[in-house]
Amino acid sequence: MEKFTTLQSTMVPLPIEDIDTDQIIPARFLKATSREGFGNNLFRDWRYNKDDSPKDFVLNDDTYTGAILVAGRNFGCGSSREHAAWALADYGFRVVVSSFFADIFKGNALNNGLLPVQVSDEFLNTLIQVVKANPKIECLVNLKEQTIKCGALEEQFEIGAYKKECLLNGYDDIDYLVSMKNKIEEYEKKAITI
Amino acid sequence: MAKTLFDKVWDAHVVHQIEGGTDVLYIDRHLIHEVTSPQAFDELKKRNLPLFRKDKMVATPDHNVPTKDQHLPIKDALSKHQVDTLLKNCAEHNVELYGLGHPFQGIVHVIGPELGITLPGRTMVCGDSHTSTHGAFGAIAFGIGTSQVAQVMATQCLLQARPRTMRITVDGELNQGVLAKDIILYIISKLTAAGGTGYFVEYAGSAIQSLSMEGRMTICNMSIEMGARGGMIAPDQTTFDYIEGREFAPKGEDFEKAKIYWETLRTDEGARFDKEFHFDARDIEPMITYGTNPGMGIKITGNVPDGADAGDSFHKSIQYMGFEAGETLLGKEISHVFIGSCTNSRIEDLRIVADYVKGKKKADHVNAMIVPGSKQVELQAKSEGLDQVLAEAGFELREPGCSACLGMNEDKIPAGAYCVSTSNRNFEGRQGPGARTLLASPLVAAVTAVQGKIVDIKKHLN
Repeated sequence: MEKFTTLQSTMVPLPIEDIDTDQIIPARFLKATSREGFGNNLFRDWRYNKDDSPKDFVLNDDTYTGAILVAGRNFGCGSSREHAAWALADYGFRVVVSSFFADIFKGNALNNGLLPVQVSDEFLNTLIQVVKANPKIECLVNLKEQTIKCGALEEQFEIGAYKKECLLNGYDDIDYLVSMKNKIEEYEKKAITI
Repeated sequence: MAKTLFDKVWDAHVVHQIEGGTDVLYIDRHLIHEVTSPQAFDELKKRNLPLFRKDKMVATPDHNVPTKDQHLPIKDALSKHQVDTLLKNCAEHNVELYGLGHPFQGIVHVIGPELGITLPGRTMVCGDSHTSTHGAFGAIAFGIGTSQVAQVMATQCLLQARPRTMRITVDGELNQGVLAKDIILYIISKLTAAGGTGYFVEYAGSAIQSLSMEGRMTICNMSIEMGARGGMIAPDQTTFDYIEGREFAPKGEDFEKAKIYWETLRTDEGARFDKEFHFDARDIEPMITYGTNPGMGIKITGNVPDGADAGDSFHKSIQYMGFEAGETLLGKEISHVFIGSCTNSRIEDLRIVADYVKGKKKADHVNAMIVPGSKQVELQAKSEGLDQVLAEAGFELREPGCSACLGMNEDKIPAGAYCVSTSNRNFEGRQGPGARTLLASPLVAAVTAVQGKIVDIKKHLN
């Protein structure tokens, strides 16, 4: 996994609540057997008409660019498809800011070096106003300090100690779990087996 | 110390605790399907890791499969490639696979329970959010992403922060025409699509205990629709009766021994939950959704909220659905009815539909599709003559798969069309680009198919 320490970038505002993973990447694009290329179909049905012509949607608006997506409450609900995290990362996002994340999405994002930054509703609303008023303003996300700053706005965010270490160092869960093999085998010997 | 059902099962599976609240959790059974497993097999190959415990895995293709002519090669090249990749990976790693045409094939969350793979006290995962279904047996079961699928393949374990616990108690007798689906749509409408996030839910109370295993699975299945990672119901005699005699369930003396353990899997008196909700079954009426997330549900005779305090997301949602704030849905013409999905495609669901439509005809303008959850359900339905009843009523009984729940195969709802669906998600475009989904019970779906529009089903019951 790619390391994450700090990120300074402009932002893309998407102030819609309950954005589910079917919107992030619709099911008909899940037929690939590799992890690459999902970015082209990120938010496909919000982004393009049936004839592939662009819709009036923020990703088609040059005003807003950057590696930080700022989205409404309960981002990533619904299907467990990790393709949603792959699509966001493949498109070029490294951070998603929201006031609430669905569990499975949050885990998937963290496993792909895509940092979910959970802020207060108040911070989120102000941040969206700020971006809309000044699309070129940059936001600084510092994982070590667990801070997000944009102009005069600043907030701390939570992240589990283990996951923070993984992101800072680029470690994957699988490396850790494989290193636990002896403990796992010991567990199997004494576990209830039905 | 008094423990919850969740605590008992979780604690029995903790291999190691990492400082800061993350547990290494052992996984007893891992179900895989064609959509979320190929990249996991690739990752193992890339890292040169073997499958750690292949005997704890079961595979079946379900998301992508056609529901007609399954004996013929899959026409869609990409779908075929994905299903073939599953077959190839399972052959290469010697994983138990129930492919198309196999008597055990079906939707993962239907076949796990019906084969006796799902058992009380087990931990189960699958790269699919509706893995919560298996919690109906008192198992801890939840959906995972593909990176985690690879982790379980490599180590039979996952790193998990311990979720908080919630108990939802529903007491009292159910009203006429109210099914398990109505109970869960009602609960989600009260808690919202995010109300359960961060929690594992236990469903309890006399209304829950009165349900069959099929009904309990419908409830636990939709736990994820309020954001909860999983839902559980304490095993009881109904559970044991369902399990006994199933293909992979313990037999004879082993079953009796297992039962002694399973009987301990209940929340102790005085155990503490992080959150509790109580509902009265008498308040629950047949439900339907009007919006684009499963929390946007109302009783079928109710009105769409007036939206006075609602934000842009609410208005965007009802605009997509073509509804007005404050209006009733009664009388709305419906062109499609879909009965199927891991929520409602079990034999009991098919019986409910067949029982209602017997001697009736679907409305001429309605396209009514019924997709069994598994080959076993399909064969059972045929042995009971339900296929005949359904055919006479104008319903098309298909072959098993996820089908129009997510429209990965050919079974899509056209843009703009209304579909009353027994599935679990009414997201924009879920059943096909532009499709408009109204979630409901199999009974509401059956009545809607016959009437061709949304009606007060209580006035139309047999």
